[in-house]
Amino acid sequence: MKFSEEFEQRFAEMVPHYPTKRSALVPTLLYAQDEIGFLSDEVIAEIAVRLDLTELEVRNVISYYSMLTTQPRGKFNVQVCTNISCMVRGGEEILEHCSQNLGIGHKGTTPDGLFSLEEVECIGACSWAPAAQVNYDFHENLTPDKMDRVLEEYRKSGKQ
Amino acid sequence: MADLVFHPDEVKVVSRRFGQGATDIDRYLELDGYKAVEKALAMEPDAIVNEVKNSALRGRGGAGFSTGMKWSFVPKQSAKPKYVLCNGDESEPGTCKDRLLFEHDPHAVIEGVVIGGLAVGARSGYIYIRGEYRYLSVIMQKALRDAYAKGFLGKNIFGSGRDFDIYWHGGAGAYEVGEESALMESLEGKRGIPRIRPPFPAVVGLWGGPTVINNAETLANVPHIILGGADWYAKLGTPKNGGTRLFCLSGNIAKPGVYELPMGYNLKKMLYEVGGGIPNRRKLKAVVPGGSSCPCLTADEIDVSMDFDSVMKAGSMLGSGGVVVIDDQQCIVKFALRTMKFYRHESCGWCIPCREGTDWLEKTLIRFHAGGGLKKDIDNMQYLSENMLGRTFCPLGDAAAMPTIAFIKKFRKEFEDHLEGRPCPYEPEGAVERLPVLSH
Repeated sequence: MKFSEEFEQRFAEMVPHYPTKRSALVPTLLYAQDEIGFLSDEVIAEIAVRLDLTELEVRNVISYYSMLTTQPRGKFNVQVCTNISCMVRGGEEILEHCSQNLGIGHKGTTPDGLFSLEEVECIGACSWAPAAQVNYDFHENLTPDKMDRVLEEYRKSGKQ
Repeated sequence: MADLVFHPDEVKVVSRRFGQGATDIDRYLELDGYKAVEKALAMEPDAIVNEVKNSALRGRGGAGFSTGMKWSFVPKQSAKPKYVLCNGDESEPGTCKDRLLFEHDPHAVIEGVVIGGLAVGARSGYIYIRGEYRYLSVIMQKALRDAYAKGFLGKNIFGSGRDFDIYWHGGAGAYEVGEESALMESLEGKRGIPRIRPPFPAVVGLWGGPTVINNAETLANVPHIILGGADWYAKLGTPKNGGTRLFCLSGNIAKPGVYELPMGYNLKKMLYEVGGGIPNRRKLKAVVPGGSSCPCLTADEIDVSMDFDSVMKAGSMLGSGGVVVIDDQQCIVKFALRTMKFYRHESCGWCIPCREGTDWLEKTLIRFHAGGGLKKDIDNMQYLSENMLGRTFCPLGDAAAMPTIAFIKKFRKEFEDHLEGRPCPYEPEGAVERLPVLSH
């Protein structure tokens, strides 16, 4: 299992910040996922060894956090918030619109592996609702048209 | 980058450096940056605690507990290391203020952590930022590196002979982790399941050491209190409710945004003057005054002073400052359902009343919204919610039950309008798949 130089640097810097090794687990998992795309068996085994944990202990933690996944996702993970502040400003319509545009439903992935779609809980964009995140980027004050433009940009950048 | 708003009634304390380029440490220093830490280094720990106590600063995460009081619970002597933990796991629906703090003024949060550490005798602290806020983690990590480079963190800070370390920590998606004991579990690399209290974190916290846990906004206020003085800060608000608050206006409001207003600002004025009222010629139906866990106030109940005690007296909570506005075209049953869907999703499953309660309530509300409810279900939902209150390790069970009880009590007629085969009156015909009435 080989991670990037950047990951290794981050990991080496992070572990001594805590009195116990396992404390670095959650951020380490997220950085690993960002790099590999999902938490594969291989990644889980590697992180378990590094932090002196069993694979079961690592899986136990993964299953708790909504951002962590053991299944591959699309290159661009479109996460649409439909919680209360977004809902009353049309968040559900945005989700439905994305579903139409991409041809997939909640937790689905397009056949070309470019997009996946997820209905998510509050992402902290309430005052700029409705909002979505594509990977880590926020897109706010959305309308169906604006959402189409956002998706089109990613579609273009993904095909390059 | 989230847009900033402005209103003349704002009193800028924690937001005074927003949009000023203060993420740059040199710019921050020009804007009185790190002066508060230098001042605090010359103060006795008890004097810092007293200053914060006298400022009437109360926890901005939602509970509204006196910050100075919380700090005073940390034992002076401890065999295990003490810690300061900044809670930046902002995830209460309706709340988006810590995001602006991290984006515009990360060093103020750092200063708050250092001063908290000096007050309680800790030598290190952690800043926990939710996983979704990746760009803010990048900003915070840079701010920490810059502070180390200047000698403001690490060994012998400001040449004082004292050491203080702060580390960033990131989550990976979990509302429950914003609860203080679950936050510690998460930081220790575990599932975010709450701990039973007592012992409280101030005595037994991170890795067994005494730990002060404060919300990011609470900590960002501390340097301003140290520099401006407790009296100045206390007088900005109302008695026992010092200072200002970042209010996040969202929902059906003309000018949504995060506004810093004095504690005790009138809610009606906040909605109609600051927020510009309800758009599209609609009327106000209800407002959730402090994040999704707070009981709603009806349009007749909004003449209330937005401080912890007054909102409590009005039957709700000031909570996390998330003011969610609901207009008369919204269906309360649907709103209650969406709220419950959230809590069911976020319940960690540790305590049965919360795990089972949120699931039953969501299922009942789905059925109700789809026209398959029975009259007795209304009372059942209320009974179930009331029985969740106070019966869980952490307040998530309460957070799910309290708004539900209020929605039913205050909008019973709307629930009745959905009874026995009637479709949701707020949705176009056919928009909600009808569910049959269960014969039980």
